[in-house]
Amino acid sequence: MLEIKNLVVQIEDKRILNGLNLTVNKGEIAAIMGPNGSGKSTLSYVIAGKEDYEVLDGEILLDGENVLEMEPDQRAAAGVFLAFQYPLEIPGVASMTFLKATLNAQRKARGEVELTTPDFIKRVNAVATQLEIPKDMLKRALNVGFSGGEKKRMEILQMALLQPSFCILDETDSGLDIDALRVVSEGVNALRSPDRAFLVITHYQRLLNYIVPDTVHVMHSGRIVKSGGKDLALELEANGYADYRDSEAA
Amino acid sequence: MADVTLMKTPAETALVQAFESAKTSLPGQAESRAQAFEQFNQRGLPHRRVEEFKYTDLRAMMREVAPFASTPSSEEAQAALAGAKALAGVAALQVPFVNGHFVREAVDFHKLPENVEIVPLAEALADGHEWLARLSPVPWSNDNPVYQLNTSFMADGVMIRIAGPVETPVHLRFVTSATSAVATATRILVVVEEGASATLLETHESTDGANHQPNDVVEMIAGDRTNVQHVRVNAEGDKALALSTLAAKIGGEAVFNSINVTAGSATSRHQVFTILDGENTNLRVNGATMLKGTQHADSTLVVEHAAPHCESRELFKTVIDNEATGVFQGKIIVPHHAQKTDGRMMSAALLLEEGGSMNNKPELEIFADDVQCAHGATCGQLDEDLLFYLRARGLPKKEAESLLVQAFLGEALEFVENETVREALVGTVEGWLRARS
Repeated sequence: MLEIKNLVVQIEDKRILNGLNLTVNKGEIAAIMGPNGSGKSTLSYVIAGKEDYEVLDGEILLDGENVLEMEPDQRAAAGVFLAFQYPLEIPGVASMTFLKATLNAQRKARGEVELTTPDFIKRVNAVATQLEIPKDMLKRALNVGFSGGEKKRMEILQMALLQPSFCILDETDSGLDIDALRVVSEGVNALRSPDRAFLVITHYQRLLNYIVPDTVHVMHSGRIVKSGGKDLALELEANGYADYRDSEAA
Repeated sequence: MADVTLMKTPAETALVQAFESAKTSLPGQAESRAQAFEQFNQRGLPHRRVEEFKYTDLRAMMREVAPFASTPSSEEAQAALAGAKALAGVAALQVPFVNGHFVREAVDFHKLPENVEIVPLAEALADGHEWLARLSPVPWSNDNPVYQLNTSFMADGVMIRIAGPVETPVHLRFVTSATSAVATATRILVVVEEGASATLLETHESTDGANHQPNDVVEMIAGDRTNVQHVRVNAEGDKALALSTLAAKIGGEAVFNSINVTAGSATSRHQVFTILDGENTNLRVNGATMLKGTQHADSTLVVEHAAPHCESRELFKTVIDNEATGVFQGKIIVPHHAQKTDGRMMSAALLLEEGGSMNNKPELEIFADDVQCAHGATCGQLDEDLLFYLRARGLPKKEAESLLVQAFLGEALEFVENETVREALVGTVEGWLRARS
C-alpha cells in the first residue's frame, strides 16, 4: 500500500527526516510514536504534499505510484487523507458547502459522476449521526467557533465521507477529553477495512487503547529506529524514549 | 514672482467646447449648469495633487472626451434592453436607460406599483418641475468635480417618489449599446417619504471595446422611519471610464443599506456621500470589487453623522488579480453635537498575484467627545495554510482559491436581504472567478 524509501526532507536548511523507511500494508493500522521534534508531523505533511518542505532524496509510493510527483489535490483523489492536528477555520465557507465541493472534486478527478444534493445530504447525515455531530454544526462556517473536540470530529467526518484508502491521523488525540476520544476512535474503527490502511501518529499510548494498531514504529531524529507489535507501545509508555536518545548518542 | 498659467489638457479644452455647444440644447437649469461648469472649469480635471483624487488622477486618466450620446431610436433601445444581463433574473419594475436616455415607452405609467410615482427628468428640467428644488440633497457634493460635471451635462434621468411601502424592487437599468465611445450624464432623484420603504436596484452595463464615459448621479432623500435597500452593479464594458455618485440624505430612525458591486470598467470611481440627518438611524455602506488585468477601481465614501445616536457600518472588500489597482477612501465626520455616534469602517483587500496594488485611506474627523468610531484597513494574500487544507481535501488550486475568494467577498454581500438579488450577486462573483481560471 504505502512504501517510503530513504526519505530525506528539510525545511529552511534544517534536516527533519534523515533517510526514513516505512512500509504500511493494506488493512494495517500502523502507529508512529516518538518524542517532540522527531519529525512525525513533517512526515504527515510530506505525504499529503505541503509545499514548505524540500524533499532531497527518497520516494513515497502509494500502490506503486510516486506521490511526490503529485499535487496535494491529486494525492487526495488517489486516496491520501490527512486528519490535521490543528484543523483550520475557514470563515465564510459553510461546512456543507465545503464537504460537497471536496467530495465532488475528488469524484470528478477520478472520473466518477458528481453526487446529487439529496444523495450527498443522506451520506453526510448518516456519518454525522454516528459521530454525534449536530446538524446545526454543519450549517456553520467550517471549524469556526468549534471546540477542539468538534474540530477533530469534523476531520473524521470528512474522512468517513471521502472514503480514502490511506488515512493519516496526526495527533488526533491531542485536545480531546475522554468522551470525545471514544467517539473519534469509534469513528475511525468503523472505517477499518481490508482495503484501507492507517498511519496513526501519537505521543501517547492512550489513543492506541481505542485504536488498536497492528504495528508500532518508534521515530527519532527523522528515522524509524524500532518497529514492533502493539506491545511496543506499552513498553514505550513504561520506559519513555530515553533508550532511543542514548542509542542516538552512541 | 512669475505668473503661473495652468495649461489646459486636451480633455479639459474638449469639455469646455462640449459645454459651449451643448448648453443651449440641454434641458432647463441653464443657470445652475453654467455655475457648476464654471466651478469645475476653475480647477479643471482633478489630479493627484488634489487630496481626494490622489489615487485616481482623472487628469491623467481622461485623455480624451467622448461625444455625448444622442437619443437612441426605439428599435435601438429595444434591442439594447433585450440583451441586458445584469440582475436579469430579478423580478422588478424596470426603469431603463439606453445610451444615457430614459426609455419612456418601456414604462407603463398607468400600471406603476402602488406608492410609486415617476417623472422623466428631461421634461421636468424643461418645465421647471417643483421636485427639482429637492436636487442636491447633500450640499457639499456641489464642490466635487465629478458631480459638477454631471450637473453641467445631465441630459436625462428620472425623479421617483416612493410614498409608502413598495414590495417590488425598482430597477434602474442603464445600458450603453453604442459601439463607438460615448459620454453620458444621467441624474436620478429618489424621494422616499416618511415611513416608506423601497428596494432600489441600479445596474450599469455597456459594450466592450469602446471608451465610454458615463457619469451617473443618484440622489436620495429618505425621510424619517424609512427603509431603503440599494444595490448597485457596475458591469460596464472593459474600456469604460465610469464615474458615479450616490448622494443621500437620510432622516431619523431610518435604515439605509447600500452596496456597490464592481467588476466592470477599465477605470471606475464610485463616490458615496451621505448625511445622517436624524437620530437613531442605521446606515450600512458596503462594497465588493473584483479587479483583473490593469483595471483601476476607486471607492470613495464620506459619511456625515449630522445627528446624534446614529450607527454606521462600512465594509469594503476588494479582490485584486494581475496588475490591477484598488482604491478605498473613506471618511466619517462627526460634528460636536453628534454625541453617541457609533461608526465603524473597514476596508480589506486580497491581492492574488504580485504586481497588484491597493491604496487604503480611512479617515475619521471627530469633534464630539462621546462617540465610538473605528476604522481598519488590511491588505493580504490568500492564506497558504488554508489553501493547503482545501487542496489536501481534493480541491484543485484554482477551485480552492475561488472558494476562499467567494468567502472573502461573501461577507460584504450577506446583508442583502432580497434573496434573488443576493444570489445574482454571488453569481457575479462566481462568473468573475470562472473567467479567471
